[in-house]
Amino acid sequence: MRRLSVQTSHYLFIAPALILSVAIVLLPALLTFGAAFSDWDGISSPSFVGLANFAAIGNDPVFWTAIWNNVQWTIIFLTIPMGIALVAASVMMTRNRSAAIFQVVFLLPYVLSPVANAVIWQNIIFSPVSGLVGFISRTIMPMQSPLANPDTALYAVASVDIWHFWGYLTVIFFAAMRQTPADQLEAAFLEGANGWQVFRFVTLPHILPTLGLMLVLVTIFSFLTFDYVYLITQGGPARATEMLSTFAYKFAFTSFQVGKAAAVALVMSFFGLLASIAYVAMSRSSIEA
Amino acid sequence: MAKTAPRLGRTAANVFLIGAVLIAVLPLLLVALNTFKPHAAIVANPLSLPTQFTFANFARAWKGGNFGVGIVNSLLLSGTTVIVTLACASMAAFALARRQIAGWQLLTIYFLCATTVPIQLFLFPLYFVFAKLGIIGNFVATGLVLSAINLPVSIFLLRAYVISIPNEIDDAAFMDGATPWQTFRHIILPLMQPGMVTVAILVFLNSWNEFLITSTFQKGRGNVTMTLGYLSMNGTYATDQGAMMAGAFILVAPIVVFFLIMQRFFVAGMTAGAVKG
Repeated sequence: MRRLSVQTSHYLFIAPALILSVAIVLLPALLTFGAAFSDWDGISSPSFVGLANFAAIGNDPVFWTAIWNNVQWTIIFLTIPMGIALVAASVMMTRNRSAAIFQVVFLLPYVLSPVANAVIWQNIIFSPVSGLVGFISRTIMPMQSPLANPDTALYAVASVDIWHFWGYLTVIFFAAMRQTPADQLEAAFLEGANGWQVFRFVTLPHILPTLGLMLVLVTIFSFLTFDYVYLITQGGPARATEMLSTFAYKFAFTSFQVGKAAAVALVMSFFGLLASIAYVAMSRSSIEA
Repeated sequence: MAKTAPRLGRTAANVFLIGAVLIAVLPLLLVALNTFKPHAAIVANPLSLPTQFTFANFARAWKGGNFGVGIVNSLLLSGTTVIVTLACASMAAFALARRQIAGWQLLTIYFLCATTVPIQLFLFPLYFVFAKLGIIGNFVATGLVLSAINLPVSIFLLRAYVISIPNEIDDAAFMDGATPWQTFRHIILPLMQPGMVTVAILVFLNSWNEFLITSTFQKGRGNVTMTLGYLSMNGTYATDQGAMMAGAFILVAPIVVFFLIMQRFFVAGMTAGAVKG
């Protein structure tokens, strides 16, 4: 057998990954572009309808509810878990021996499946019969399940996802903070700086690139969020927690209007894309690395 | 005053840490607390300690959640995903790190973009193509989809390991007459091993826990994974919270143990790509 050149071999090394990614991600993504401008039920052959799908979803008030919910979700996730994680990581920096233990405990909800987390919260916390909410309602003060009320359902679902997610941010920020040179931290403490001053003038400047990356990633994931909403409320009650992702999913698999599902998918991908451009730009160093 | 301020700060920090730990583990403690209790006792007071230990809840949960079928499917699906991802990502990482191919920059940007691509952007046509091919519910097909999703992050994690291996080692192997495949198989791959373990653990846990792809593609009662089986109990077992809590325990306990043993690799993998600077 003729010996393959180094270059040919390296093309063969990249081929399986590239073929898999193109077949599963890129080609179907291009099909989604086509489907968004077609009337398609997923089975019979699609017919071109121009912008009709976009016009139809634009006239649907649920679509605008979904966009607003995604925006709210983004604002909530850019502030609450970020804030908790920054405080937690800063406090962990002052605990030399116990920090590793806290890190493991805080990560526990993150490594469990969304299915387990969602079902546990629904049944033992939010349920008006078997959950903590029901118990408090019967013994301390009457209260409704926050999932049953359209005004609070979004925040109830978000709190489950925040519970699951904040540990991840904490571990990332903690790892970034630990790269702060020890002599700078010591100098700050010797000068008598308090916790806030150490954070503001020593650790924060060091973790800024990581913080920026996390802001971008959280924005992307907020526009794509699906699991907890679909598991806990399916977008209800009265479509109050509908997200772009659940809205699209129902078009595709409940009413088989795949064209409309694809149109919504393009809208959410567009929001994600804006943040992705920032992500790729911030990762440019890793291309050259 | 000078002394009370830091002491106050330390107290506040302790209160915060205790609160954070309680919030993180409270739902899991409630599962552990109620998993041995009958339904009536859970409804009466979900915070009470169990008065008797009955394993009947576990038997009903195992049957209701179809866990006997689910555990096999979950292992097959996650196993397929780990093997395919490791095989593809390790070779691709070598090729991208060594830059022997034209367009390596373009390929790097492609995989970087694929890291954050929304699943919904390709999910719908993919599903209907799979349906046409009759491979809905096939764990190998679903495993390929999960592999494609896990590939980009895995490639970048492993690429960092290859970059840390000096080029001179490849050159020396080449001088000794090694083919590129032999260089990869006998030199690069063994040196990448810690990265391979990290990727395997992350991808295994990701695919074990995954919901959107798995619930869409693993249709049919014989194809359910452990998480899907448990999900099917939700609602139908609302009046048997003992079984619901036991089911949650069956689902959560092995993952907690797995995580506690592997947490070092897990944290290393999570922070590798995310910590900048």
